[in-house]
Amino acid sequence: MFAIDYHDQGTPAPAAAGAPVTVEIDGQAISVPAGTSLMRAAALAGIAVPKLCATDTLKAFGSCRLCLVEIEGRKGYPASCTTLAEAGMKVRTQSQHLSRLRRGVIDLYVSDHPLECATCAADGHCELQSMAAQVGVTESSYAPGAVHRPLEVDRSNPYFQFDPQLCIVCSRCVRACDDIQGTFALTVQGRGFDSKIVASEGQPFLASECVSCGACVESCPTAALSEKSLTIGRERTHAVTTTCAYCGVGCSFSAEVGGTSEAPQVVRMVPNRNGDANHGHACVKGRFAYGYAMHPDRQLKPMIRAKIEDPWQEVSWAEAIAHAASEIRRIQARYGRDSVGGITSSRCTNEETFLVQKLVRAALGTNNVDTCARVCHSPTGYGLKSTLGESAGTQAFTSVAEADVILVIGANPTDGHPVFASQMKRRLREGAKLIVIDPRAIGLVRSPHIEADVHLQLRPGTNVAVLNALAHVIVTEGLTREPYVAERCELPSYQRWKAFVSEARNAPEALAEATGVAPELVRRAARLYATGGNGAIYYGLGVTEHSQGSTAVMALANLAMATGNLGREGVGVNPLRGQNNVQGSCDMGSFPHEFSGYRHVSDPQVRGLFEQAWGVSLDPEPGLRIPNMFEAALDGTFRAMYVQGEDFVQSDPDTHHVTSAMAAMECVIVQDLFLNETAKFAHVFLPGSSFLEKDGTFTNAERRISRIRQVMPPRAGYADWEVTLLLSRALGYPMDYRHPSEIMDEIARLTPTFSAVSYEKLDRLGSIQWPCNEAAPEGTPTMHVGQFVRGKGRFYMTEYVPTSERVNSRFPLILTTGRILSQYNVGAQTRRTDNVVWHAEDVLEIHPHDAEARGIAEGDWVGLTSRTGETVLRAQVSARIAPGVVYTTFHFPQTQANVVTTENSDWATNCPEYKVTAVQVVRITQAEAWRARAAQERSAARPRDAVHA
Amino acid sequence: MNIELLVKMANEISEFFATESPPAQAAEDVALHLRRFWEPRMRRQIIAHARATGGAGLSELARRAVETLAAAPPEPA
Ligand code: SF4
Ligand code: SF4
Ligand code: SF4
Ligand code: FES
Repeated sequence: MFAIDYHDQGTPAPAAAGAPVTVEIDGQAISVPAGTSLMRAAALAGIAVPKLCATDTLKAFGSCRLCLVEIEGRKGYPASCTTLAEAGMKVRTQSQHLSRLRRGVIDLYVSDHPLECATCAADGHCELQSMAAQVGVTESSYAPGAVHRPLEVDRSNPYFQFDPQLCIVCSRCVRACDDIQGTFALTVQGRGFDSKIVASEGQPFLASECVSCGACVESCPTAALSEKSLTIGRERTHAVTTTCAYCGVGCSFSAEVGGTSEAPQVVRMVPNRNGDANHGHACVKGRFAYGYAMHPDRQLKPMIRAKIEDPWQEVSWAEAIAHAASEIRRIQARYGRDSVGGITSSRCTNEETFLVQKLVRAALGTNNVDTCARVCHSPTGYGLKSTLGESAGTQAFTSVAEADVILVIGANPTDGHPVFASQMKRRLREGAKLIVIDPRAIGLVRSPHIEADVHLQLRPGTNVAVLNALAHVIVTEGLTREPYVAERCELPSYQRWKAFVSEARNAPEALAEATGVAPELVRRAARLYATGGNGAIYYGLGVTEHSQGSTAVMALANLAMATGNLGREGVGVNPLRGQNNVQGSCDMGSFPHEFSGYRHVSDPQVRGLFEQAWGVSLDPEPGLRIPNMFEAALDGTFRAMYVQGEDFVQSDPDTHHVTSAMAAMECVIVQDLFLNETAKFAHVFLPGSSFLEKDGTFTNAERRISRIRQVMPPRAGYADWEVTLLLSRALGYPMDYRHPSEIMDEIARLTPTFSAVSYEKLDRLGSIQWPCNEAAPEGTPTMHVGQFVRGKGRFYMTEYVPTSERVNSRFPLILTTGRILSQYNVGAQTRRTDNVVWHAEDVLEIHPHDAEARGIAEGDWVGLTSRTGETVLRAQVSARIAPGVVYTTFHFPQTQANVVTTENSDWATNCPEYKVTAVQVVRITQAEAWRARAAQERSAARPRDAVHA
Repeated sequence: MNIELLVKMANEISEFFATESPPAQAAEDVALHLRRFWEPRMRRQIIAHARATGGAGLSELARRAVETLAAAPPEPA
């Protein structure tokens, strides 16, 4: 069942819209692009042709025969969903004969369909019900005969159920799973009366290949597949268009709301078919895992305490804010202006992030502000800005539909960015080639109807070596696009780079020992990328979270420039952002060295602009980055911080180091939904608001700014942006905004790439990709068209420097970390939903050889130890990972996988090296005892951690 | 701050510019990076360390860069 505020046009708009053709439908002339179906043309003219098997997210199928029409001069009754409009056609959608035919079809359907509509979850929104009403059928004329009931309802999935009795075998679900999601979990089994829908080999949904994206449920015309939240009889009164608060795909949703006006409740989140990022698709997180917003763990009262050992004391907002402000001022008076700072969150809105950095810079007078993007995509900012001139991905997601060769490195889109992965998989099924560079056989390497042409299964930490080897092949085999480079790039930098990558030491053969990749595979990948047509690069944290993260980003940009793969559809260098607003938090000036729009604080002209707008003088020096803050805390020169929506105690590397630093702070103010791990070190807790409780904007990985809209009032009384205003006022720096739209207006005034953005325009256009300014008033889907933002593209030398984190006899394996589909980041939200049925704990993936050598079997408890710490988790023996490498996630605080990660970081940005840690793994029998001993040793040990092993 | 960590970071930055920049320019580029991205107390500390120890632990390029940094005006470029 699609969203209650959506009007289905029956068939999709034609992929490549042709010249307009004019047809006459029921006497009304209408012009549509060539390739449009008669059904869609009629819908655009406001004429609803009855239909059941068609819907506008799926290719027309023509099976139900309900949409028949009459065409002047043609025999028979063609199906309007499969017949394309042709110039001059005269079409009738209503006639007595058509009515009779349609009644016959519906009569047959309802003969095998329970007619207890009043108690059905789809009542009022069921397409069979409304078609029956439209053609005038109230009951079946057939004598009761063989019917499909009783049949058991499959309730195995926590979020939706399948009631085969209600199924009309229209196969919309099957086609949605195949074409939209690309999982191919469903089939129509049997023929005629015996045909039925089955998941995988006839398994319950939960046990099947189904990934719970909900596409089948959204496209089902009846309640056969329906959300459980509907089956408990929740009424929906209206729908609000908003944006998912999970990943950087930034899917648009209709939040269907019920309950009362005082206590509104979200009944369903339905992907928005008009959504520019997702086009009606979603994944299990955004679609179903929103229940955390109402979870009883939400801390809804402000709290304070003098010491972190003390119990919390609930206080009024006024008291909490006054206390927080006076502590910050006391600490500044005693230890200096720069002894305080703040952290913005990639989970908060652009407006909230902008306010926090403004509070730090203007009210606190310091540039000690940073964001969690530090620990994920800061190298993207540095690398892309240096080479191309802008700290952002180059394409819109839809660009992938034009790609001929897709290179995925250090990203796992099917788990991390599932909705974009579905778009990518569609293109791969159409025949685009795929190169995967990853230590693990990620889902894309082999999935239904997709197989990577080349998988370079490199050793963690050798991205730069592999990218240099690719460049070596491209340059020495003469596969560069010289005219493109000559026109668009700085030639001296290109000549130096060419000479550098051509050196014999950068040949795939010379680097094979370091990378573990067969040279002929590297050569094949290089030739494919350089000569296979449009080459598009997609990368994730497996590129950035390394000691050479920034170098690797530059190496990717070098490859794209040298092969002419930038500046048009189908190509590009595209970071897949982790959290929903990573791009936005970076854009908004969250980094300590730059204002919004990536402009350095030392630039007097830019600083002057902000000084004038904010009425204070601003510090021209860069502030502390997150890891530097921890260092300064241990030194005693950094004593207070305001942390909005961020849990770095769980998410940041080398947990012991972070907790020692946090324990040394005098005032930590945490603003969050839950009492998270960081709140254990807090002195003031300010309740946060979920994305359902506020207005604002998020910016996704394709630079797309989308609105989030308030669905319910803030549960704790204030939206996050209002809390920042309260704190700023208490600090003696009042900021007056009545609505987040006014904050966006200020952002637009101060940021050239946002200068033409407004809420009014966002409401009108749906979403906008920045830069959006005078030159591009409706935004910029593709960047660097014609020329690079920095003018000429700049090649950088990318010498491969092995990480200092090396395996040795004590720590002989390399640990690398990642994500899984059902959980998100530190899991604070998803752990508080039914998503735990798919993943209730972090596990350690280990290759069968390494497992066997250690006597480890599937499901055994294992101890994982590095030079910084140790933790316990269960083993999963898997050939997806190469021998010598182990893999885990960090979604659960019990595991604290970051206890073992190290202080190593990217040379340019201090982004931590999460992806490479030397470890040992041992089988243990007493998990609890081991955990307790580890915890004890931890608390007895080290005021700070050794830096070098 | 932990000086060993600062030394390690300065060395890693230098490793990048050692191949990126022409030799005569490398120390200046490393120093510029430090000015643009290191908070003043980090810069002060590495300068003090270089002065006190003659640059213990610092690579040759990093040591020259810290010297350049120490000689430059306090405002980042
Ligand atoms: S489950 Fe729904 S979508 Fe699937 S075949 Fe049955 S009625 Fe159609
Ligand atoms: S929920 Fe998604 S993956 Fe599962 S069967 Fe439906 S469409 Fe396929
Ligand atoms: S793909 Fe990302 S943005 Fe879309 S629904 Fe899933 S988590 Fe939300
Ligand atoms: S809607 Fe056209 S045949 Fe079913």
